[in-house]
Amino acid sequence: MIDPVLGSRLQFALTTIVHIIFPVMSMGLAPFLIYFTWKDIRTGKPVYEQLRRFWTKIFAVSFVVGTVTGIVLEFEFGTNFAAFSTAAGELFGGPLAVEGMMAFMLEATFLGVFVFGRERVSDTLYMISALAVGAGTWLSAVWILIANSWMQVPRGYELVTENGQTVVHLVDPIAAYLNPRFGFMYIHMQNAAVESVALFMAGVAAYYVFRHHVWEYPVENISFWETTLKIALVALLITAPLQVLHGDLYARHVYETQPQKFAAMEAVWETESYVPEYLIAVPTDLSDITDPRAKELFGLGIPGGASWLASGGDPNAEITGLNEFDTEAPPVAIVFWAFRAMVGLGFWFILLAFWGGYRWLTGDLFEDDLLHKALMGSSLLGIVAVEVGWIVTEVGRQPWVIQGVMKTHEGVSPGLTGTEAAITLAGFALVYTTLLGLYTYVIARIIRAGPPGRDDLRDHPKRRDTGDRPEAPAGVASDD
Amino acid sequence: MTDLAGLADGPLFGLPLPELWFGLIFAMLGTFLFLDGFDFGAGALFATREDDEDREMILAAIGPFWDGNEVWLVVFGGALFAAFPAVYANLFSRHYLLMFGILGALILRGLAPEMYEQRHDKQWQRWWGRSFVAGSILAPFLLGAFVGNWVAGTPRSFTLVGILVGLTTVALTIVSGTAFLRVKTRGTLRADLQSYGERAVVVYLLAVVATLVALAVDGLRAAILSPVVLALVGASVLLAGGYVLALRQGRDLVALAASAGLTYGLTVVVALLLYPSIDPVSGLTVRSAIVSTLPLNLMSVGAALLLPLVASYFVVLYSAFSGPADPSEAY
Ligand code: HDD
Ligand code: HEM
Ligand code: HEM
Repeated sequence: MIDPVLGSRLQFALTTIVHIIFPVMSMGLAPFLIYFTWKDIRTGKPVYEQLRRFWTKIFAVSFVVGTVTGIVLEFEFGTNFAAFSTAAGELFGGPLAVEGMMAFMLEATFLGVFVFGRERVSDTLYMISALAVGAGTWLSAVWILIANSWMQVPRGYELVTENGQTVVHLVDPIAAYLNPRFGFMYIHMQNAAVESVALFMAGVAAYYVFRHHVWEYPVENISFWETTLKIALVALLITAPLQVLHGDLYARHVYETQPQKFAAMEAVWETESYVPEYLIAVPTDLSDITDPRAKELFGLGIPGGASWLASGGDPNAEITGLNEFDTEAPPVAIVFWAFRAMVGLGFWFILLAFWGGYRWLTGDLFEDDLLHKALMGSSLLGIVAVEVGWIVTEVGRQPWVIQGVMKTHEGVSPGLTGTEAAITLAGFALVYTTLLGLYTYVIARIIRAGPPGRDDLRDHPKRRDTGDRPEAPAGVASDD
Repeated sequence: MTDLAGLADGPLFGLPLPELWFGLIFAMLGTFLFLDGFDFGAGALFATREDDEDREMILAAIGPFWDGNEVWLVVFGGALFAAFPAVYANLFSRHYLLMFGILGALILRGLAPEMYEQRHDKQWQRWWGRSFVAGSILAPFLLGAFVGNWVAGTPRSFTLVGILVGLTTVALTIVSGTAFLRVKTRGTLRADLQSYGERAVVVYLLAVVATLVALAVDGLRAAILSPVVLALVGASVLLAGGYVLALRQGRDLVALAASAGLTYGLTVVVALLLYPSIDPVSGLTVRSAIVSTLPLNLMSVGAALLLPLVASYFVVLYSAFSGPADPSEAY
């Protein structure tokens, strides 16, 4: 049977990689939904009600799947990483408990009102519930990232031996929980979520705009899709450059706090200065394929780039090589390529944002079919970037589960057998594949069905007064 | 600002925090069993309706609530992790497959209604309806089995006591599910539900007695024959009688309150049977497993601030959706 350590790691990796998709959708959609709800209540323009209702549907489905996959993760700390949970529970359990009470409760209760209660509650309470759901999703990320950032950069603790077991004791909660790493993680993660959703919205909207304007098929509610595309582009224009600028600062912080991980991100084995940022590195020998720079035949890089990242602007800075650390290196190839994928995508998203913005200025946003195709093709790439970003973070931390304190293999439940680990791993592989399939299917159906038609909208007092009935000419509802 | 270092010196206000957290954890478990219990019960009762409209009605009744209710399980897990990390780790890893069974059932239960609503063709809805029923019955059954093994102090996951407590829990969820659905529905559906509730409450009492006998044989005799536990069992019989009476008189909210009484009563029995131990298998007691003073104090402050807020969210939610459900409400 499978080794329980390997089984637990693969299972944890699989279950988080699937889970994170749904929080990205819900955290990323939250600010949009708050905006749509606000505009819907204030202006009564039909398109905002359509926007709110359409994207709330997608939010609701994502949320449900996020919930069921999230509980799995929480339980896994106990089932698969019992030794880790016992040793670090004192620091780690608190944030998880607070997360439940503070964030999940807020989110899950007000979601009931937000999704089902439009006809039942006043505009004010409805707006409050939109804000509460949004705040809940963003608070969820706070506590889990506090826990994770402590695993990356542990502080404010001491190690004591209790009954022959090494246990982490909390001594300074401020140092432990207001970890500098947390700020980086939170900003990078939340901006990534909004960026990913903006890409998703733009991709979906581009599909309809393309069908309508390029292929000249009749598309119902085309103004809805045009507005969606514009709103998504605005969001992308803000988030895409921010993500890359921030990532640059973040890389420097990683270099300062986890030099071994940084060396793996850049695949630096020997300590060097003026290290290039390789874009491509191809080994001469096939057996070195997992070791990007072992004996490179061909490498293409920005001279001094990696040194520049590590030091925050000095291309001559020295980077400590992997060979100088006492612990074994993390799987370098995974970290190296995942980092490259994230950075590459980051620049691609900027390009997309500027391209779209430029077409908007020149007035042919709805005619540039190449742009539409690029947007459609990129609709899921934001989520891909998030996944590879997390892979850099988590795989790059290996062999540690708590950097410098506890190795991953020491954290696994001692009583776990290979058979049990294999059964659940296989179970998850099956269940989660099905889950992803169903999620995709449902989202695709929602997209195909499109927004509610204008005849199905609620009776909004503003529309009644102004006579702006649903049949009114479907001009693009830009901001007032 | 309080001096944080001072928080490490002793328990906040000299309170018996280990016992309070032990109580709090079971209060969370009990709240989960009651609130999500009626969702599970509604899911089980879904199986008894063939009619499309009735089925939609049942889904609409729990639609706005189940997600919030389920968070009590997340909070229970989080609080156990934070206050008694070693118990969390031991218990969850010991009942490895059982825990994943619970998770699987919860996934099925959570996903099924969402899927059911997506398409209106017979085949699809039959399939997801069945999944919904299966998840709604399996989740409380396995959770009950987990709690049963916990109390009985057995390292094995599949035991007689576990099965009995599992059945008890399922019966209990149908008891509260009936009362809840009667509050939320009208007409024949509401009328038909009564007999299920009455039968479920009888099964529940029988299952409780059978469980207690099995536990007594297992060596918990002294604890079970203690006056408090016996008094609680007596009170449960009275509550069950009150429940049936309330159903017959059409006072559904009273019946729902009685089922809440039953649920919390059962939870208290479980806690009493454990105390002062908290995990008999590993020999951990409430006092030996508690986390150290500083994090405990911090958590206590956090819980004292947050739980009243949480309660207020539930008040908003349940008052926004008071009265009968309306299947046409969505988005
Ligand atoms: C849309 C998604 C996205 C995009 C375009 C980028 N990132 Fe990122 N990145 C993430 C999404 C992400 C993430 C998935 O959200 C991570 C994982 C953990 C975290 O805090 O954020 C992450 C982590 C992460 C880390 C930390 C690894 C660790 O904690 O060990 C660094 C150094 C960077 N990123 C740097 C960059 C740079 C230099 C980028 C562009 C040039 C970039 N990121 C674009
Ligand atoms: C949701 C985004 C996340 C993703 C995609 C992710 C991904 C991964 C991956 C790929 C691994 C396997 C690493 C390996 O074994 O080589 C892993 C391990 C792990 N991660 Fe994460 N992770 C995420 C967030 C978190 C958070 C927020 C925490 C803690 C609060 C966490 C805790 C752990 C633990 C305990 C392990 C197991 C030990 C280990 O293998 O290092 N992860 N994760
Ligand atoms: C590996 C560690 C993680 C654990 C243990 C975990 C745990 C959970 C749990 C228990 C839930 C269900 C809450 C409910 O019932 O409402 C959940 C949902 C959620 N999680 Fe995670 N989570 C992890 C990683 C993450 C990360 C990295 C993020 C974001 C940065 C995140 C954000 C969310 C959000 C926003 C939700 C709400 C549901 C949704 O919007 O899809 N989680 N998570």
